[in-house]
Amino acid sequence: MAWTPDQPIVMMKEVYKSFGKVEVLKGISLNVAKGEVICIIGPSGSGKSTLLRCINALVPVTSGRITVKGIQVNDPHLNKLELRKTVGMVFQQYNLFPHKTALQNVMMAPVQVLKQDKKEVKERAYRLIAKVRLEGKEHCFPGELSGGQQQRFAIARSLAMMPDVMLFDEITAALDPETKKEVLLTIRELAEEGMTCILVTHEMGFARELADHIYFTDRGIIVEHGPPADFFANAKDSRTREFLSHIL
Amino acid sequence: MKDSISSKQTGLPSTAQKFCIEVPHFSDFANKRLGGALLGLFVLSVLVGDALAGPDQKQGILATVWKWMPLMFQGFLLNLLVSVLSMTIGTAAGAFLGLAQVSLFSPVRKGAWLLMQFFRNAPWLVLVFFTITLIPFEFRIAGHVIPFPGWLKATIGLSLPVMANTAEIFRGGIQSIPLAQWESAESLAFGRTQTLWMIIVPQCVKRMLPPWMNLYAILTTATPLISLVGVDDALTLTRSALMAEGRSELLIPMYSILLIWFFLYCYPIAVWTVRLERRFAVKI
Repeated sequence: MAWTPDQPIVMMKEVYKSFGKVEVLKGISLNVAKGEVICIIGPSGSGKSTLLRCINALVPVTSGRITVKGIQVNDPHLNKLELRKTVGMVFQQYNLFPHKTALQNVMMAPVQVLKQDKKEVKERAYRLIAKVRLEGKEHCFPGELSGGQQQRFAIARSLAMMPDVMLFDEITAALDPETKKEVLLTIRELAEEGMTCILVTHEMGFARELADHIYFTDRGIIVEHGPPADFFANAKDSRTREFLSHIL
Repeated sequence: MKDSISSKQTGLPSTAQKFCIEVPHFSDFANKRLGGALLGLFVLSVLVGDALAGPDQKQGILATVWKWMPLMFQGFLLNLLVSVLSMTIGTAAGAFLGLAQVSLFSPVRKGAWLLMQFFRNAPWLVLVFFTITLIPFEFRIAGHVIPFPGWLKATIGLSLPVMANTAEIFRGGIQSIPLAQWESAESLAFGRTQTLWMIIVPQCVKRMLPPWMNLYAILTTATPLISLVGVDDALTLTRSALMAEGRSELLIPMYSILLIWFFLYCYPIAVWTVRLERRFAVKI
């Protein structure tokens, strides 16, 4: 099935996921249009991270359908390479490769996995490093960088694969407020350039400002969703209201 | 502001180093004292032996030992050769066995585990006897006769426990790397084999090095076991020399020489291992 830009770039339909006997996702359905910014919020343990991991097949779904740019993610014959070229992911703990310099981290996957021309990748890497405002830090090892810097390199590393969709899994949760700002700024610029972003976040202010659509999940289901103005002003479900009252 | 963050960050390792109290390792003392004791034993046994034998012995103990030393040293070199060879074979095989233990395919994983447990818990000498008995003394390939000497068979016998122990070092090293590294590599489209060789193994080599060197030192000190299956190693040749001389006062000096050689070879390895351990401990 060929994907056309008028279709949602990410489609989840009735997605269930269990780890052993524990059911983590109980029928998640959502659509993300190209260029949209989606924020998924909700209490810890509500399955937000698992939801993201299902989208790029880090975690196989138990049942349901996921399509990313026409790629059937739940297909047992899934071409994982194709999917991972389409979907980039950034993690809470940055997960840079500690034995490689920042530049090598950014260049590694396109050169080693996609076998792209080294010179070309290097030019792209420098462009991306400039974009996350870390010029001059290219040759530092991850251990020599602050959390915020590492996270921005992790974003650049993901972007080097030239994905169509970016997944962000609580990427500012481990950062102090100062460095958090820099990372959020990077994501903002990315969103403004039209990158499709799916964020799991606890940054309500950021979500309100940037998201096109907010999803609130609790215990494996989407309790409520809507555009931020609507969602924050008049949440209908009592669980959502309770969560927001704790957080805002 | 960026600069202040980075300097704060780069400052971290040095502060960590300050807090790492430099306590001399137990083995430093133990090994130095042992070295001294061995030398003392040698000197004492020479003096006492000479005194007891009186002036009518045909050759002084020191001169006799000196006379046999080249032969003994030749045997010692064979011990070293056997240790290096079995370490090489055992490490190569152990790397595969270690990787097999983290395989996604459960029969491979279980088979590797069983093999590892068997060879890790088998007495080294029994394994040496087995390989000596089981491997033919020559191979005939296309009319050519290729001899397979006993020392080579014994080397293979010793490489089996090395393989099993290296496999464990490998498995432990691989599993000490956080799963998040696998996850982020996977999300960047790296395959499992690529992740293993480009991302996981380079990170854990440092951690694997000290236990691996330790294993080598243990192996080296275990090589005289091969004398029991008739290989002309240092111990066999020393015993032959003693038999030829037939003088009991030579026993302690000559065996002391062997102990001193092994000590001189293994002690630097032990010191180096401890140093590496300390250095890597700071970084983690």
